[in-house]
Amino acid sequence: MSANTYLYNGQALTLTDLPVSSTAEFRSEIIEHINSGSRIVSFFGMPDKDEIALIAVLANDTQGNLEVLRTVVRDSYTSLTPEVPQAHWFERELAEQWGIHPEGHPWLKPIRFQQFINRKHSNENSETATIKPGVTDYFKVLGDEIHEVAVGPVHAGIIEPGHFRFQCQGENVLHLEIELGYQHRGIESALAKGLNQRTIHYMETLAGDTSIGHSMAYAMNMEALSGIVPPYRSQIIRAIALELERLANHTGDLGALANDIGFLPTASFCGRLRGDFLNLTAQFCGNRFGRNLLYPGGIRRDISENTISHLQKQLPILLSSVNEAINLLWETPSVMARFENIGTISHEDIISLGIVGMPARAGNVRRDVRCDYPWGAYMFLESPTVTMQTGDVYARASIRWFEIQNSVAFILKALAALTPGPVREELPPLGADKLAVSMVEAWRGEICHVAITDSSGKLKHYKVTDPSFHNWFGLALSLRNQQISDFPLCNKSFNLSYCGHDL
Amino acid sequence: MLKIIHARINQGYRTSDFPAVPPVMPELFGGLPELEKDKCNHSCSDCIKVCPTGAIVKTNGSLTLDLGLCIFCHACVEACSYQALSFSQDYRLSVNKREDLLLSNNTFHLAKAVDDKAKRIFGHSLKLRQVSAGGCNACEGDTNVLNTLVFDLGRFGIQFVASPRHADGLLITGPVTENMKLALLKTYDAVPAPKLVIAVGACAISGGIYSGHPETNNGIGDLLPVDLYIPGCPPHPYTILDGLLRLIGKIL
Repeated sequence: MSANTYLYNGQALTLTDLPVSSTAEFRSEIIEHINSGSRIVSFFGMPDKDEIALIAVLANDTQGNLEVLRTVVRDSYTSLTPEVPQAHWFERELAEQWGIHPEGHPWLKPIRFQQFINRKHSNENSETATIKPGVTDYFKVLGDEIHEVAVGPVHAGIIEPGHFRFQCQGENVLHLEIELGYQHRGIESALAKGLNQRTIHYMETLAGDTSIGHSMAYAMNMEALSGIVPPYRSQIIRAIALELERLANHTGDLGALANDIGFLPTASFCGRLRGDFLNLTAQFCGNRFGRNLLYPGGIRRDISENTISHLQKQLPILLSSVNEAINLLWETPSVMARFENIGTISHEDIISLGIVGMPARAGNVRRDVRCDYPWGAYMFLESPTVTMQTGDVYARASIRWFEIQNSVAFILKALAALTPGPVREELPPLGADKLAVSMVEAWRGEICHVAITDSSGKLKHYKVTDPSFHNWFGLALSLRNQQISDFPLCNKSFNLSYCGHDL
Repeated sequence: MLKIIHARINQGYRTSDFPAVPPVMPELFGGLPELEKDKCNHSCSDCIKVCPTGAIVKTNGSLTLDLGLCIFCHACVEACSYQALSFSQDYRLSVNKREDLLLSNNTFHLAKAVDDKAKRIFGHSLKLRQVSAGGCNACEGDTNVLNTLVFDLGRFGIQFVASPRHADGLLITGPVTENMKLALLKTYDAVPAPKLVIAVGACAISGGIYSGHPETNNGIGDLLPVDLYIPGCPPHPYTILDGLLRLIGKIL
């Protein structure tokens, strides 16, 4: 394998340098790499004349580099899933988006109930068939005392839609199957038509609670494709915004976890504090979710000295209120009884399924893009990785609390490192026949974007992998042998994105 | 227990005095747009070209901004060489009719309350079922935040309920994806009449940046009769709260 198939986070390689392996070589290389500790961060199809090119991006966490593999297939290939379980969701997506059949996939069914992307159905009958979301085969447990519980797509709270099927014996959940796709808005089809005024806003609303994370990954890709490095000051401000996004969501999640077990003091306090963090983001750009802040080439608007001193003053005050609210959780035995040993996902399952972000770190798997594949300000400002051992709700809650401490420390350090200077550079035209990969550790976990240009430097394909794409199956596994009444708690401890998955 | 009481005292009283005292919006907040027609150079179309949603149109040389499509991205403000467009600090944006969102001469008809009979039914207790139909979790997030003690929605008699059968109406977010259309219509049918429909966010009103996607329905459109439109991407929580209170006559 030649050296030019490797790249670092936020870099681009030239497509003509990327060899096209035979499908057999492609498979065996992936299996070999996964067995030696790499993992799949992106795996997708793309039209290539009459065939479909399969592109896999593998990450080697110890070496901190990414490898890109490519093959072409016409209709089918031998499924990787039996040997590489973490490929299962990607292969289901491939089958659904491109009609490529991974032969031998153990549970091949739609993940989003979407039409093929810019490709005619090979089966003429299915072209006119309407897609019925959620209507598919479900795993069933049979027996005298077994009953099935179906929830959604419309849920009880103010949350996004999804469908959950529980196979229960009494209160005990034997199996949970999650069907998504209700939020499918056709973002990838729209992106494949090239860049336009809407592109940055698609990124900001891929998962609207992760506007900074996704727009940062997009900006990195555009900068890699056009060969520029955004100004120093803009990189620091981007990282501060990303950590503010993490602070708001982690604080909100801890409040929501308290709410799900009826512990109202922490729920009430954190509800207010989450909003205070969002209001800090609004100081940057006028919008609580960080809309209109990031832009390829830097940021749209510099932040004022007033904003900087406001942040330096407010953050320690907010942190002390957050700590007071959250310490009540750890000091209350009835809370700990509901958190500990609930919704456990094992270290082995995390590794074999390629779980990312907080749920991975909660199960003692050290995965954090900020440390493993540092980019932008994270290349010179350290952000320690937090891990816990138990992999349960308690561990996922604790991770958030520790990361809140680290994010505040990081922002204060970053503010001190700010020096006056430009914040935006004009983006030159994108390079031709390039492939760029960017990864960002957003609050949920690892975001991966892959951008590919054609021979005229026009964007021809854009692949988004939200952390939720890896983790929804982890939530399903964590429910096994749990009480069905613990579902809201387990669900909140992952707090995955529906629209980030459905795209 | 003592620690909880201690924390409660430390955390303080945080509920805002809205609507008696108007909220302080962030300095860079973009509220109700202002068009200054005399400054607009009638031959250029820079703002129209940069608008991601096609919210700005020009008829007979006169600009119209559709607040139902606008995502408040300020691209038009940056593109205009004549400072003819700006976004004010005014967070009050809700209207009753879709056409009231078409801004052309700086007269803006804020939402009015439902009629007296409906006010008798909904005015003191309004139960809403929220349906996200392709929303990105920002409109959902800033609707949910109304339940926190800062906004304390309950003090106005408004509550989000789990079942459509317990609800007086729907609050809808998202561009109404094809995959959620059936579930949305079934949820509407399950709400007993008389019922209200509230569209929150550019997506629910017009499809927003997802308008024209075959995977969505350009928002609620004609699928359901809408009583209140709350524009924004996402609307600020005070924009949403202001709209809800206007609808039930608690802000006149």
